[in-house]
Amino acid sequence: MTSVVYRPAPPKPSYLAAGHRVTSWLLTHDHKRIAVLYMISITGFFIIGGIAATLMRLSLLTPDGSLTTADFYNRLFTMHGVVMVWFFLIPSIPTTLGNFLIPLMIGARDLAFPRLNLLSWYLFVIGGIFTISALVAGGVDTGWTFYTPYSSSFSNTHVVLTVVGIFIAGFSSILTGLNFIVTLHSMRAPGMYWRRLPLFCWSHYATSIILVLATPVLAMTLMMVAVERIFRVGIFDPALGGDPLLFQHLFWFYSHPAVYIMILPGMAVVSEVIACFARKRVFGYGFVAGASIAIALVGFLVWGHHMFVAGMSMYGGFIFSFLSFVVAVPSAVKVFNWTATLYKGSISLTTPMLYALGFIGLFVVGGLTGLFLATLALDVHLTDTYFVIAHFHYIMVGGAVMAYMAGLHFWWPKITGRMYPEWAGRIAALIIFAGFNLTFFPQFLLGYLGMPRRYHSYAPEFQVLNVMSTAGASILAVGYVMPLIYLLWSLKWGAIAGDNPWKAMGMEWTVSSPPPKENFATTPIVNEEAYAYDTMTPQGGGGRSIMPVAIKPNRGGA
Amino acid sequence: MTSHAAVEPPPAFQFEDAAQQSNAATLGMWAFLASEVLFFGSLVVSLMICRLRWPQAFAEGAKELKWWLGAINTAVLLGSSYAMALAVEAAEKQIAKRVIRNLLITASLGIIFLAIKGTEYGLEYHDHLIPAINYSAVAPDGAERLPQVQLFMIFYFLLTLLHAFHMLIGLTGIGIIAIRARRPGYVERSKNMIDGLGLYWHFVDIVWVFLFPMLYLLRHP
Amino acid sequence: MSRSLLVIFATLLCLLALTVAAAFVDFDRYLPGHNWGLRIALSIAIAKALLIALYFMHLKRDSRVTVAFAVAGVLWLAIFTVLTVADYATRNHPPELNFKGEPRYLQASTR
Repeated sequence: MTSVVYRPAPPKPSYLAAGHRVTSWLLTHDHKRIAVLYMISITGFFIIGGIAATLMRLSLLTPDGSLTTADFYNRLFTMHGVVMVWFFLIPSIPTTLGNFLIPLMIGARDLAFPRLNLLSWYLFVIGGIFTISALVAGGVDTGWTFYTPYSSSFSNTHVVLTVVGIFIAGFSSILTGLNFIVTLHSMRAPGMYWRRLPLFCWSHYATSIILVLATPVLAMTLMMVAVERIFRVGIFDPALGGDPLLFQHLFWFYSHPAVYIMILPGMAVVSEVIACFARKRVFGYGFVAGASIAIALVGFLVWGHHMFVAGMSMYGGFIFSFLSFVVAVPSAVKVFNWTATLYKGSISLTTPMLYALGFIGLFVVGGLTGLFLATLALDVHLTDTYFVIAHFHYIMVGGAVMAYMAGLHFWWPKITGRMYPEWAGRIAALIIFAGFNLTFFPQFLLGYLGMPRRYHSYAPEFQVLNVMSTAGASILAVGYVMPLIYLLWSLKWGAIAGDNPWKAMGMEWTVSSPPPKENFATTPIVNEEAYAYDTMTPQGGGGRSIMPVAIKPNRGGA
Repeated sequence: MTSHAAVEPPPAFQFEDAAQQSNAATLGMWAFLASEVLFFGSLVVSLMICRLRWPQAFAEGAKELKWWLGAINTAVLLGSSYAMALAVEAAEKQIAKRVIRNLLITASLGIIFLAIKGTEYGLEYHDHLIPAINYSAVAPDGAERLPQVQLFMIFYFLLTLLHAFHMLIGLTGIGIIAIRARRPGYVERSKNMIDGLGLYWHFVDIVWVFLFPMLYLLRHP
Repeated sequence: MSRSLLVIFATLLCLLALTVAAAFVDFDRYLPGHNWGLRIALSIAIAKALLIALYFMHLKRDSRVTVAFAVAGVLWLAIFTVLTVADYATRNHPPELNFKGEPRYLQASTR
């Protein structure tokens, strides 16, 4: 230990208080403010996507779907997919929690490129404006997957406007991923070795690899669809000699890794929350970190499993099926390690923990059903049915969205300085869990029984399960509205949170809640491992040797 | 002569020191270039796959292009890349005059490239090769064109227009830095930026090094 | 340093001349099968790209992390290319055309 005298720095104004004018928010370079801007934006998009889902489920109450026309139904599920995938799920955790926490977790004052971060947000918003304009102008009816030749040659809807919006938002993703990668490589505080990095950062690093390397292919693919629509040349249109499968290869090369963009940050949150509320180190830290990278890598090798029945070669099918089984292994490794972390831990069932536990269970169901779909013979029966829908909603909603809720509640005191009412949080979590399962489990059965997806009407024998699903969706809606209300309520009337209300490890908890604008008064030096909960004293301090040693004076806010 | 004041300008507030900032700048540019490899690469792979499906038509399309203009352009762009490498080297040695001179050579060669490209486009317009605008299934010499020659031309225009767009962005950056480099001390403060611009420009050159053979030189099916 | 840059530039111009010359040789006549024209053009292009990357973009003296970033882009493109071409190469329908220029698999199967 050093003999430097520790003089506590005078309390600094929080980042929320550093400037109140609109321009201080819209022109900010502060990663924390940008995270809040994103949080507001994605909530808006979630509401839009949720309204589309509500209308769909209401229409599916009756077998003839008389609430909506078939054409309107097509536009609904397309918009639901487009908005939820590109404007909610892909940004959600990385741009809100990732942006806010990564510099804090590694002891940095900001990301590597703060202005690029702001540009990312603007690109996201501009892309969103294009897509919402398409929605207002009548929407798109091609499905979020824009399969050709329908989207490129036949659809009469605003495809080009929508893909331009997604194209622009894609650059937002690429720049965010780039920022994270460079930050994690070059701005870790002294002593923050890779093997001491919180698993939250490891997962975001893996996510960023995918963001940077997969998104450009999507951009090019959408550009080609737009070109085909405008110039009618036959890249994808079989009547003109094109190959629709070329589009699918290009599209899924991005969109399969994209689902790992959506789940890896959720896993990032779960690692942090489980460790904190089991008061234990994450079991097998190295394996969890390695599994994150493995998921990112192997996730690029499996895209053909979306094309088993599309006309791909049989041998391609074999390869992609096998690789899809392989990619389940690192996910399973993570689940086993989280479970082992819980074993003999000192468990507190707080709201974030409830969401994280829900994640583990629901993600397992979603992941295992993915293996059903990866099996070639089963996929012939199950593809394009509600089984697929249930599978990916278990992962996206039961997994990613619940992890987002876990993270939101876990770090809410850090971000806002306020605690939300715990009892309300727990009730909402349980309502969401119950509502979710009632919504989506019947859909596994529907798919198995043969109900196709993207159909506006269905055979009458499927009605009971559909009604159950819609009932579940209404409960789920209540569960989502509750946090919207009590979190906003807590901003004004919530209890003031201390620096570390959860007694958690991690450098973000060593600064005030909310953090000061420049994060750290002096650059911290790290000399303990991550999740050193076993060295923690009952008061929540001690064992902590992250001393704000005054070696390099802060250069002052800019 | 001793070097100009070797006072390191302070790094941006988020960085500890200049070395960290320089490292971050390099990694940042390379990460961006990696994404660009996928961006251009997916289009080139699509071109190659369509060529697999239509070897005759794509070979015919390649023959319709003016290979000698493409070859001259490649030499011009390689030259501009060489000049840029010299500019970056001069920036490392903090010789502002040499930086400006080499940047201007780079930019001039880049503009020559675009001018030749424009001429090519004009010739292609004359030959009725522009898809959806004046494409004709009959070549000027009367020969019938296979239908997928139009598909080839779409790839040609998409790829070369995208490449030209990237060159325009690069030229803008070169212009801005060349103008600002006249200020004293600018080159010393902007090593990272000049290096990054150099990496970007070399990448644009590498893209063309692949585009030229893939589009112009695969004349046999 | 400028001297070595000049050498690299000269080499690049030589490779350019080589690739243009090779484009006019009909390799299918002398070495049928396997599309040697494409392979040679690609190899020369890769050689030029490597020279530019290693020397002009000074990858040769950069850190391992930087080189890893550069390699990653190319590697991922290779992943996409290999697996996609594997699909096209192993489909049962060869890209032969009927008199209308339609690929054979659009016709009734003759297998």
